[in-house]
Amino acid sequence: MGSPRYFYNVAGKMIPWFAISFLLTLIAGIYYGLFVAPPDYQQGESYRIMYIHVPAAWMSMFIYMVMAAAGLISLVWRIKITEITIISSASVGASFTFLALVTGSLWGKPMWGTWWVWDARLTSELLLLFLYLGIIALYSAIEDKRVAARAISILALVGVVNIPIIHYSVEWWNTLHQTSSVTMTGKQAMSTSMLIPLLLMGISFKLYYGAVVLMRARAEVLERDRNTRWVRELVEGEMK
Amino acid sequence: MNPIRKKRLYLIGMMVAGIGVAAWLALNAFDENLMFFFSPSEIAEGKAPTGHPFRVGGLVSNNSVKRKPDGLTTAFDVTDNAETVTVEYTGILPDLFREGQGIVALGQLNESGIFVASEVLAKHDENYMPPEVADSLKTAHDEGVNEMQQQVSVQ
Repeated sequence: MGSPRYFYNVAGKMIPWFAISFLLTLIAGIYYGLFVAPPDYQQGESYRIMYIHVPAAWMSMFIYMVMAAAGLISLVWRIKITEITIISSASVGASFTFLALVTGSLWGKPMWGTWWVWDARLTSELLLLFLYLGIIALYSAIEDKRVAARAISILALVGVVNIPIIHYSVEWWNTLHQTSSVTMTGKQAMSTSMLIPLLLMGISFKLYYGAVVLMRARAEVLERDRNTRWVRELVEGEMK
Repeated sequence: MNPIRKKRLYLIGMMVAGIGVAAWLALNAFDENLMFFFSPSEIAEGKAPTGHPFRVGGLVSNNSVKRKPDGLTTAFDVTDNAETVTVEYTGILPDLFREGQGIVALGQLNESGIFVASEVLAKHDENYMPPEVADSLKTAHDEGVNEMQQQVSVQ
């Protein structure tokens, strides 16, 4: 399974499935979120920005945990595919983090009365963006991509301590940011009609990540194996 | 698992655990500074800093909002249901500001114990619900209160 050629072919078959299911859940999520879900009793219509903000913030942490797990496997077992997974995920994760920060800011201005505050939640999420950017910069600064992959594996693992800090920041400290409305256990702070589109968007964003990370990883596999026979045969086959 | 991989796994485990402990110690040391605001109880206990601005957070007490004649200055009580601090603020309040709402104000205590704020932010809680649900919750709450009052008056 670790063979780059096998991965290239299997990933190519999986991408359309991810892409189609992403589009279907996205359309359903946006439709239910923007047209069917009722307005909020306090925020009116403006709360609907959470249908982008919350899934983006979930993804920013989820992708980082995938990268840290891939980093651990890369360091211990030296598997090429997991090394490629880390760098292919980094820019997607950075984009989601940026999106979460920007949409949060747009919501914060009318609701809180400010674009930005240095509370524990917002600051730790900003740190996550810098971690992503640091990983991308470190990878491109090192010429030998196997060495680069080892370096970013370590950085990804070092940064993973930030993930529980982001998640629990709203409980450990007083923050302006509210505590989680959606929890795995116990009380539900959001009415079901508002929760369903949110979960749909959460699934949709995960499928998007699946599709994009596979595309990026395929390109990275080709780039790394550009001097091997199977890539040459593949390119020659395309040209015919 | 072969010995080399086992050793690597062990080393990485040590590294992550070490960083985790270091982060935990650092965050503990900074604990007070990571608090975005102080509650009225903490201020009453004297935990809030004196001499430089800090933030107070809590709920705006019911029937406490008073507007001064100049039209811009508002005074209101902030409570955590144990202690109360009176806040005075000149400026435009955020949309979500209302009685019963959570707010965070930045400012300083003056000699008479009034918190003079230079910024007031609304704090939104984690509850999201449609207006009808909020209404029915409120009606149910009011009915409950009425029933209890009636029971008390019967006794």
